[in-house]
Formats: sequence, structure tokens, C-alpha cells
Amino acid sequence: MSMFSIFKVSGSAVSAQAQRLNVVASNLANADTVAGPDGQAYKARQVVFQTLMMGAPGQPESAAGVAVSQIAEDQTPGRRVHDPKHPQADADGYVTYSNVNAVEEMVNMISASRSYQNNIEVMNTAKSLLQKTLQMGQS
Amino acid sequence: MLNRLTDTLDFQGQALALRSERQRLLASNIANADTPGYVARDMNFAQALRQATAAAPAARTLATSQPGHISGGAAGAAGSALEFATASQTNLDRNTVDMDRERASIADNSVRYEATLRFINAQVRTLTSAITGQ
Repeated sequence: MSMFSIFKVSGSAVSAQAQRLNVVASNLANADTVAGPDGQAYKARQVVFQTLMMGAPGQPESAAGVAVSQIAEDQTPGRRVHDPKHPQADADGYVTYSNVNAVEEMVNMISASRSYQNNIEVMNTAKSLLQKTLQMGQS
Repeated sequence: MLNRLTDTLDFQGQALALRSERQRLLASNIANADTPGYVARDMNFAQALRQATAAAPAARTLATSQPGHISGGAAGAAGSALEFATASQTNLDRNTVDMDRERASIADNSVRYEATLRFINAQVRTLTSAITGQ
């Protein structure tokens, strides 16, 4: 039944988008972090999506799910603010904050949430079609 | 004699299988809406149905050595009717999924799927009322 694999395809997309949302949440939570446990300022993280072919060999290859291939760290230098009174200030009186861009993260969050909703909608459509298929010939 | 009763159902059955395959194709496109480099695909339904209802010749398949490889021919009932969709608005990450188009196609395809189901149901009802006897 090819309709059942829609749940696998859309389910993989939903979990990938949830992971993206998770990363956005930790980026936003750390937007004003000065130094992490390792003494370095927090670096923004981004998920990288990759297509995951779901058909077994010889099967129709029209099922393409999504997987998170890696979580990449943004290597741009963090925001530096002159604040000599801050306990984490360096010798020149500068404090290095994390390199999270809050506006970018909000856009990322809205995009992830829309994609999540779209995939749920696809699953609902597939479910109602399957239910009608199960009643085939009964009416 | 008996297979004449169900011959008419076969055509609708093929159409139903192709509709569900197209639905899965569109679901894959929506799932990959944010994947860089993904190229959206769609099915030429008329061609796929013509292929599926005609006597299918033995298809050649490509060798696959890795799980992600595409097997080439014999790709389900749709076969070579799969086409790449072009992007209506180009994207920096070379993703060609147009979410509006995909949502419209999903709505269209599910209505047509239901229509095919109703055709089948009506034919079954006709057959059962014919063989029940009053």
C-alpha cells in the first residue's frame, strides 16, 4: 500500500522540523549568553536537511523523506560589547556575547512551524482517504 | 464469464493505485520543502494510466548498490511518467518545491481519489443489485 508510506514520509519531515524548532529554541535561549561551560561564547546552531529515499531497492522511488544530516555551528565571531565592569570582560574591557541573530532565528522558527503544519495536514488528508478506502464496497 | 464482471473494476483499481502513488509523491515534495537542492517531482497522470492499463513490456532495471540509489525502470506503476517540476520562483538553495502548487495538487488529487473510490463503490453496488435478484 503506497498510501501508508505517506505517514513515514511526512512523519520524518515532522520530526526533522521539530528538531529544527528545538535548535531554534536553544539558539534563542542563548541569545544573550556570555560564556558557556567551556569558557567560549555560545555559537548558533543550524540543522542541515537531507533527502532520505524511503523505498526499498526495486520499490518505487517516489517516497522521499527528510533527515537531519548534521547540526552545523555558526563560526562567525560573537558580538563584542565594551563593558569593563562586566565580570567576563577581557583585558581590553570587551565582553563577547554569542553570535545568535534573534531576527534570523524568529524567521527560522516561523518557517519551521509552517512546514510542520503543512506536513500534519498532508497526514490528515492521507488518513481520511485511507479510511474511505477501507469502506470501499460497503456503502 | 466471471472475469467480465470485474474487468470494469480493474481500470478504476489501476487509477486508484496511481492516485495514491501521486499522493505519496506530493507528500514527499511537501516533506522536502526545506531541503537544499531537492527537485520537486510530479506525475504525468494520463501517461501513467495509459502505461498501467496497456500490457506492460518487461522493463529493464538499473543495478543499485546503495540504499539511496534509484532503480531506474520498473519504478512502480508510474514508471517513466514521473517528471521534474520547474520552480516558479527560483531559490538560492536550488530547491524547486512550490508550496502553493503542492498544496493545490494535494487537494486536487485527494478529490479525484475520492471520485475514483465512488466510481468503484457505485459499480460494486450495481453488480450486487444485479446478482441479488428481487
